[in-house]
Amino acid sequence: MKREIKRTGVFTRRALIIGGAQIAALGALAAKLYQVQVVEGARYATMSDSNRISARLIAPPRGRLLDRNGAVVGGNRLNWRALLVAEQTGDVGATLDNLARIVPLSDSERARIERELRRHRRFVPIMVREFLTWEDMARIEVAAPDLPGILVDVGTTRQYPYGATLAHVVGYVAPPNEADVADDPMLGLPGIRVGRAGMERVHDQLLRGRAGAVQLEVNAVGRVIRELDRQEGTQGQDVGLTIDLELQKMVLDRLGDESASAVVMDARNGEVLAMTTNPSFDPSLFNSGVSQAQWVAWTSNRRAPLINKAVAGLYAPGSTFKMIVALAGLEARVVSPGETVYCPGYLDFGDRRFHCWRKYGHGAMDMRAAVKNSCDCYFYEVAKRTGMDRIAAMSNRFGLGVKLDIELPGARSGLVPTRAWRIAQGKAWNIGDTIVAGIGQGFFQLTPLSLATMTARLATGRQVQPHLTRSIAGTLQRGARPDDWPSLGIAERGLQAMREAMWAVVNEQGGTAQVARLPAIPGQVGPPVQMAGKTGSVQVRNVTREQRERGYKSENLPWEYRPHALFVGFAPHDAPRYALALVVEHGNAGSEAAAPVARDIMAATIARDPILRQDRPRVAEGGRTP
Amino acid sequence: MIGSERRLVRDASFDITRKLFRISWLYVLLLSALAGVGYVALYSAAGGAPEPYAARHMLRFGFGLVLMVCIAMIDIRFIQRMSWLAWFGGVVLLVLVLKVGNVGKGAQRWLELGGMQWQPSELMKLALVLALASWFHRASWERMGNPLFLVPPILAVLVPVGLILKQPNLGTAVIAAVVGGTVFLGAGLRWWKVALIAGALIVAAPIGYNHLRDYQRARIDTFLNPESDPLGAGYNIIQSKIALGSGGVWGKGFLQGTQGHLNFLPEKQTDFIFTMLAEEFGLVGGLAVIGLLACIIIGGMLIALRCRHQYGRLVALGITMNFFMYVFVNIAMVMGAIPVGGVPLPLVSHGGSAMIMVMIGMGVLMSVHVHRDVEFDDRSRDL
Repeated sequence: MKREIKRTGVFTRRALIIGGAQIAALGALAAKLYQVQVVEGARYATMSDSNRISARLIAPPRGRLLDRNGAVVGGNRLNWRALLVAEQTGDVGATLDNLARIVPLSDSERARIERELRRHRRFVPIMVREFLTWEDMARIEVAAPDLPGILVDVGTTRQYPYGATLAHVVGYVAPPNEADVADDPMLGLPGIRVGRAGMERVHDQLLRGRAGAVQLEVNAVGRVIRELDRQEGTQGQDVGLTIDLELQKMVLDRLGDESASAVVMDARNGEVLAMTTNPSFDPSLFNSGVSQAQWVAWTSNRRAPLINKAVAGLYAPGSTFKMIVALAGLEARVVSPGETVYCPGYLDFGDRRFHCWRKYGHGAMDMRAAVKNSCDCYFYEVAKRTGMDRIAAMSNRFGLGVKLDIELPGARSGLVPTRAWRIAQGKAWNIGDTIVAGIGQGFFQLTPLSLATMTARLATGRQVQPHLTRSIAGTLQRGARPDDWPSLGIAERGLQAMREAMWAVVNEQGGTAQVARLPAIPGQVGPPVQMAGKTGSVQVRNVTREQRERGYKSENLPWEYRPHALFVGFAPHDAPRYALALVVEHGNAGSEAAAPVARDIMAATIARDPILRQDRPRVAEGGRTP
Repeated sequence: MIGSERRLVRDASFDITRKLFRISWLYVLLLSALAGVGYVALYSAAGGAPEPYAARHMLRFGFGLVLMVCIAMIDIRFIQRMSWLAWFGGVVLLVLVLKVGNVGKGAQRWLELGGMQWQPSELMKLALVLALASWFHRASWERMGNPLFLVPPILAVLVPVGLILKQPNLGTAVIAAVVGGTVFLGAGLRWWKVALIAGALIVAAPIGYNHLRDYQRARIDTFLNPESDPLGAGYNIIQSKIALGSGGVWGKGFLQGTQGHLNFLPEKQTDFIFTMLAEEFGLVGGLAVIGLLACIIIGGMLIALRCRHQYGRLVALGITMNFFMYVFVNIAMVMGAIPVGGVPLPLVSHGGSAMIMVMIGMGVLMSVHVHRDVEFDDRSRDL
């Protein structure tokens, strides 16, 4: 036992010595840390003050936005600018005074420069003036000895070659705010912009890339002695859009002066080929700064140029909704395609009378005829039998009143009313509301994009989602192939009946939209392409009995009280490829204001189709060239 | 609480619940605080985001903590019986890594298992401590004076150290040798003998230098004159010193370190994590971290002193020394005080397998603490 005590004693002694040595060693580390951080730290501070080591971020060029054919719709152009590096001048004020003799600086500009100087480290170049002319730049270079700390360099700035044509899709960039800079130090660099709207905002991170950095050894006047190290950043990546620029231009052109919105989609995969809203605005104005007068002009315009009506304009669908009602009725087995409903020109329910658009009625209507003639009574009856909840459920499956996958930040889901929704509002749902919903009137709030999606799904039976991103850095994104999209799960027989009826609307004697029948398209091969479609007109205020009896004419109303005109359609009718939706605000009847425009848009779309066009390369056939 | 209980615990009533109460939860708290420091540093190293380092760091630490408590429940006598088995296992793994290991940074030192890269040399250091402690546990004072008695433990050190050198991994080999030597000292080997062995090694060093790989020589050369090659091997140390020096007393502030965030600092999430911390939190932050590490080391030594059996004492001493060596080599390295060695800062640096190995070591240490009063059957026989 004594030996054990001795052994313990030896261990205790030695453990204390070892422990003491360990603590002493850590103490030595602490002393060394003090030496490096405080004693020598002064030396590093001196090194920094005499500009021995200077770190600079290098911003990569922002990625471009391209249309589906590779045309640049959001790009960069060179931008000469004067920068100020505070640590390279003894007197910032004097330098700015000297500079002001060459390029006048306003008081507000100087205030901004001083604010930025306080915000950034002394070695970070601050932007003094952008968009210098060649002459100004030359004069600054000549006066360089009087301008210590002033650098002239060439940066890039955002350019939108097609301005208003794609403003709402492409969006715009603007200078970053302080919160942005806190998230990413690269944004503190002069001239950097961040995406603020549209695809510029959606893909901002990808487009922006990541800053590289360079560490330079410089002498006291800022001359670079040598580069100590360089970290390459990541280039901003190009984002390819689904938009077809030429088609987009043509569509916008065709909308003319109307306050209107049109969406053309590839019905097979949901790629949005054209998304137009009229009027539009010039996005590059946001890059350089929007004037107060311009802002007021935009916001007070009742045609709302800043709002992308394609995804944020909300309308009742009107008669374009009738196919959904019919499909809901078919699925609920409350109606069959061959069953006829008699239309005397109105439907009485309770003490209310619901009128058909044709005063003296259509007579006996089966489903096909009801769609073709857009008979209201038929759909009042079908809606009444089917019930609102089943109609709403069917609309949701077609992309109406639900959130779509469209990337745009301002996109709205819209609303298809249900009984639960109405009750949540504290009101009762009346059967009358269901009856009105049968012709797409009432509480609906739907976007043109959702109507185009509905049409595409009708045409293909697939659950396609509208999207605008086609490729990133040249890599095709998921969703480009039709097989990427699952089936809707709706009986093909019903869908086929609707397609056929929509064909009749446009192409058969007596259809409501015969004006939309496609003309012979130059350069197109094979049998003539025909469009299937449906018109719609939506009242924006109720028609009173008194007006009706006096002989109501909507075209005599003031502009803002006239009904909206709508059209949805797809082509070719027998092998659907393109779907479109068009809303002309206060355009009156769909068949007059919307159908002819839709016809021209679809004709232009077909004319640009590489498969249907004659001048396509013929290598696919047999692989031999003559 | 601790130490007041003097009864010998051999009966069945020493169950899991009682063992849990005997864990030093204060020590667990210290380890957690250190891992928390790691979270802050790794959050900053990722540019101010929990991904990809910080969140995973905490997840692994949580797993490590559970592992540590589980190991602490294992009877220290069982661990003692397994000591030599662990040593043989470690040697087999070291041989294996030379045959099939992954090559990284010019050396063969990694084995891949469970999606992580493992360094068998880490396991070996723990096994070496266990084996030596087990050997000396039986040693009487007289036998310690017998040179023949010392031959097996010296071989037990030299074989793994030689294998680690062959990878080659100079830093870990030196640490393993120092840790082994510490156990010898704790077991009561006379100072002059220790001095003799150390002297022999120092004499052998220049000979060894000629057998080093080029990159190892470069490290030593760079250490002797770091500014000779500012864009090459000396770059790391210069950048690290610029970062530390520019941090000053109060630092540049959380997420404000320019050296780290502009990527001038190499391997800021692993080897140079301490630099990152000291750049952003200054001398004050650096000293606080060193203080926390000192508390953990002192705690380990206290566990060794409180233990009532030689095996536990030596194991605790060896494990604490290993932890200390990590800390010392890493911090001295980033300040340019010793050659760069690729040694992480335990529980702070990013790295899964290193974290797990540290926590396994801490588990054994805690098992010593939990079982500090147990009696070994063979004690009377040997003494």
